[in-house]
Amino acid sequence: MLQAGDWAYSETLKEHFMNPKNILQGENTDEFDGVGMEGNLQCGDQMMVVIKVDKEKEVITDCQWKTYGCASAIASTSILSEMVKGRTLDQAFHISPKEVAVALGGLPDHKIHCSVLGDKALRAAINNYYTRNGQEDKVKQEQAKVICQCMSITDHDIEDAVLEGARTYFELQERTKLGTVCGQCKDEAEVLLEKFKHIHFGV
Amino acid sequence: MADMKVYFDNNATTPLHPEVKKEMIAAMEMFGNPSSMHSYGREARANVENARRQVADFIGATEREIIFVGSGSEANNTVLSLFVCGSSQCIPGSKMRSSIITTKIEHPCVLETSECLGHRGVRVKYLDVDQYGKVDLDQLAGMLGDDVGLVSIMMANNEIGTLQDIETIAKMVHASGALMHTDAVQAVGKVPVDVRSLGVDFLTISAHKIYGPKGIGALFVKKGVPYCPLIRGGHQELGRRAGTENTLGILGLGKAVEMRALEMPGEHERLLELKNVLRNGIENSIDDIHFNGHPTDSLASTLNVSFTGVEGEAILLYLDLEGIAVSTGSACASGSLDPSHVLLATGVDAELAHGSIRFSMGRQSTRQEVDYILNVLPKIIERIRNMSTAYIKGGLHAASR
Repeated sequence: MLQAGDWAYSETLKEHFMNPKNILQGENTDEFDGVGMEGNLQCGDQMMVVIKVDKEKEVITDCQWKTYGCASAIASTSILSEMVKGRTLDQAFHISPKEVAVALGGLPDHKIHCSVLGDKALRAAINNYYTRNGQEDKVKQEQAKVICQCMSITDHDIEDAVLEGARTYFELQERTKLGTVCGQCKDEAEVLLEKFKHIHFGV
Repeated sequence: MADMKVYFDNNATTPLHPEVKKEMIAAMEMFGNPSSMHSYGREARANVENARRQVADFIGATEREIIFVGSGSEANNTVLSLFVCGSSQCIPGSKMRSSIITTKIEHPCVLETSECLGHRGVRVKYLDVDQYGKVDLDQLAGMLGDDVGLVSIMMANNEIGTLQDIETIAKMVHASGALMHTDAVQAVGKVPVDVRSLGVDFLTISAHKIYGPKGIGALFVKKGVPYCPLIRGGHQELGRRAGTENTLGILGLGKAVEMRALEMPGEHERLLELKNVLRNGIENSIDDIHFNGHPTDSLASTLNVSFTGVEGEAILLYLDLEGIAVSTGSACASGSLDPSHVLLATGVDAELAHGSIRFSMGRQSTRQEVDYILNVLPKIIERIRNMSTAYIKGGLHAASR
């Protein structure tokens, strides 16, 4: 008979869950140059990311965090906090949830949702840094618009799914998990689905 | 890595009782089809009927009132589905009484089936529960009427252990002319269950919650009560459930209830003592906790507790690393994004529902295991709280700044 796996998720995820890196000690965030907070407790996950920045080079020198979240949220933010050190603010801003998931050795589909919060909070912290340093012009709004709040699926994700082959609402759901929780985004998602099908494939 | 292996998830499933295992190993040699007339078949038939007698005796029923089914879920589906029949040929008068009543804290196999029946024209009314998970009897009285054909209320809740007063409820239901079903999967074998004193028309049993095998359950259908099979096309179970009998499972279930009858006396007090040690130990060593479920009308084996500022899946997996198996009401552990519907129904807020842990003990649980949990758990909660945005002892948490 098969034996139980060592762990519910990948070994890398396990390591970061058991020994999370760069946890913010205490509550004082004053010594940091940027603070970002995302998520909410009612949904079961919340994330705070704080950064220190070399202002000459605009490079992140330290990144710490706290979370109310599950194993995937803890591990993904732990690995993200290691990844961003030494990167420029611009580079760090563009780290995608996919990169984090790959670095973790993969995540089950239903756990992607839990891992996106870390880089959202990181982007909030970077924007917070710009705001504090009189560089409001550099504040990057989330260019993507979240369509499905429950699964954090944006119009960009919908576009990607269409480009990867989704043609029906059902196929869109299969690829993105969009609309699989409360379902309120269905109408808006269907309009976007038609729009991107038309733009890219003329149908 | 872990010092001990502690299984405190007996409401999810239980290990086979050694006597059940022995019985089933012996039964593996017995391959005859109980429907066959030759000696192989007669041997299987005799054993199946013996198991039926054991199950019937255990709940105070007669043998003909016991139908073996594939699971508790199948039993519940069967009962609820009686009331969606388009004709009144099987269930006389069912067209007149096409509403059913259930509660907001049922197992998903009842809730989802009810929802589906709703799509097929049945009117479903859901009873609220109070902060302890008890159904509101006044609300029930208001809902009952000549439109209601069936009331389905679980006897013991799987998540919080709260017990309902099925006897009183059944009297109210019968006075209104409806039939009464109780999902007793978590109650049978843990508290005394007698179908006559409960006064129910249907009652659901599952083997794997009481140290029997998976894939076998039983449905009690009171003699004379209208019935229609969910799985048709065979004469098995007196035409009430088609499909060749799961002889191995049936013998396992028979042995499981036999062992329960022997071992239940005294077990309730022993588990209650362990639960009090666990409860008091958690209360004394961890701040900002909230116990879920009824303080007294509850399964002795089940303790459900929420930890402020901590997400349940993280607790579960840190405990798993220490060899301790429990479950959580957190959305993250369930594959959905919603926390426990049971806790939400009791009025617990979503954050505390996400941070809930269920300890469910069994016949093999010991004081030593409880002590081990009490040694490990406070450190884990402290550790998670130290990295939590949602917790500062005695103060505002980071999120509120």
